[in-house]
Amino acid sequence: MSEQRKPRILITGAAGALTQQVINRLSDNCDIVAVDFRQQVYLGDDIPSYCIDLNKRGFEDLFRQYRFDGVIHLGRLMTSELTRMRRYNANVLGTQRLLDLSHKYGIKRVIILSTFHVYGAMAYNPALIDEAAPLKSAGLSADLVDSVELENLANIYLWRYPELNITILRPCNIVGPGVRNTMSALLSSERAPVLAGFSPMMQFIHIDDMADAIVLAWQKPVKGVFNVAPHDWVAYQQALKMCGCKRIPILSVPPIVPKTIARLLNLKSFPHYLLAFFKYPVVIDGRAFAREFGFKPKRPLKEIFRYYRNNKRPV
Amino acid sequence: MGLASYLKSRLVPAELEEQLNRIRKPIGSLGYDPWGFNNDAVKYGFTLTRQIYEKYFRVEASGVEKVPAEGPVLLIANHSGQLPLDGLLIGYALASRPDQPRIPRAMIERFFPTVPWLGNLLNDVGAVLGDPINCAKMLENDEAVIVFPEGVRGSGKLYRDRYQLKRFGNGFMHLAMKYNTPIVPVGVVGCEETIPAIANIKPLAKALGVPYVPVALPVIFPVKVRLNFGEPMYFDNSEIPEEQVTERVEAVKAEIRKLIDKGLSEREGLF
Repeated sequence: MSEQRKPRILITGAAGALTQQVINRLSDNCDIVAVDFRQQVYLGDDIPSYCIDLNKRGFEDLFRQYRFDGVIHLGRLMTSELTRMRRYNANVLGTQRLLDLSHKYGIKRVIILSTFHVYGAMAYNPALIDEAAPLKSAGLSADLVDSVELENLANIYLWRYPELNITILRPCNIVGPGVRNTMSALLSSERAPVLAGFSPMMQFIHIDDMADAIVLAWQKPVKGVFNVAPHDWVAYQQALKMCGCKRIPILSVPPIVPKTIARLLNLKSFPHYLLAFFKYPVVIDGRAFAREFGFKPKRPLKEIFRYYRNNKRPV
Repeated sequence: MGLASYLKSRLVPAELEEQLNRIRKPIGSLGYDPWGFNNDAVKYGFTLTRQIYEKYFRVEASGVEKVPAEGPVLLIANHSGQLPLDGLLIGYALASRPDQPRIPRAMIERFFPTVPWLGNLLNDVGAVLGDPINCAKMLENDEAVIVFPEGVRGSGKLYRDRYQLKRFGNGFMHLAMKYNTPIVPVGVVGCEETIPAIANIKPLAKALGVPYVPVALPVIFPVKVRLNFGEPMYFDNSEIPEEQVTERVEAVKAEIRKLIDKGLSEREGLF
């Protein structure tokens, strides 16, 4: 094998906008192989792309064939996708398989995308939560268990196999062009539900900045768990206002009322198990990541909201 | 924005706006800080508080200049009067002082964030959930923080127990020591009589999930309030057993006791 060989990276979640941004940034200096659990994605002639379930036996063949140097695991099913059981299989068991194979085939660098949801939205949350804070979201809803389990698993592999150099990233709300998560759907809608009398502080990171953050993490193999968020904040209802959304208040007390309404509405952008996040703040402290990896977000909140104001789609 | 700026120009006097603009806060690009403090909301809040402070309670504050102009500081006061009016008045006293005003942050009861509107409103004007992590991060940010170490024991006490200091928690002293923060004791006189309560309906409070439900007239009496600020107290960060921390807390409590007695001796009548 040639000494000059470019590092070869397996990237999961190829259908996602964030993954494609990361691939664009890395494809000049790295050989990329992309996989997605859900669909076959064409990413150009130079980038092999597969539609494969991480739990299937055939997945190991990719490791045999390509002899990867690193893995960037961005392919998580979001809380709004599929059933709880299938999400658990894909996110938790799939990740375990990925980490087992990474260990077996001597991968030197693993980056795993987690979410700030793991901290859980609680009335007693302090602001600027750091990485050592307990992960309380499993207590909120069984629908969030897979996020926490994925983290626990990644943490176990982090100390059991230090040579994998695992870095877990916990970003705040990722938003911007192409992002299809619940928050992005809300900001781009004409009308958005709010819990009457509650407007928790929120953080948003532009997809471009998040892609930069992942690339920075790839370039510097420092293992550990890091929050990723700009040092800037805005109240949820103010964010909606700035995105030009009409706010539809939902009766917020007693808690059973909004939960029932959310279940009845069955909106993908306002799922009942995320209600607490529209009531109480989860403000994370991203300064450790910024310091360690020299990360400086370039897209201010105003620019993010301007994009959504100019790109409205009906709910 | 047209209406909002018109209302602001009508409601927020220019000098007050200027006074508040002079106070620098570590806020983000949209005027918020991580705890929900909002620059604009504070301006409305202070315009309203000014009426309450000057006209309704006719507050007399003495010694407010003793609060250091910069750096972290803990304002430790006695708590009373069912509603957190004392925090509001101490905050206004410091923000309206002519020389080097500061907007202090009040640590509030844990149940406030669960109350619709009120929780957000309190956050908007700078109040923060009373959590030790929050307080520590505020001190790191060089904020002035108002703490009532009696907590609900103080605010929920009955009229017959007025001006009797309840047990002080030790948390504030640990933070003061760790972050090398001066403590300014404050004695509040008058708030005890604003909502005199004769009893506390504990079962109802439990059912509602609130700290207390006072039996009181549904009025806030316009009692004259006196705030006496003491000299800053400094405590080193030596490794000492909890007993000695309690002794230090008692020293602060004794200082507050003196300031309350001073306020009581100064007043000529309730109103």
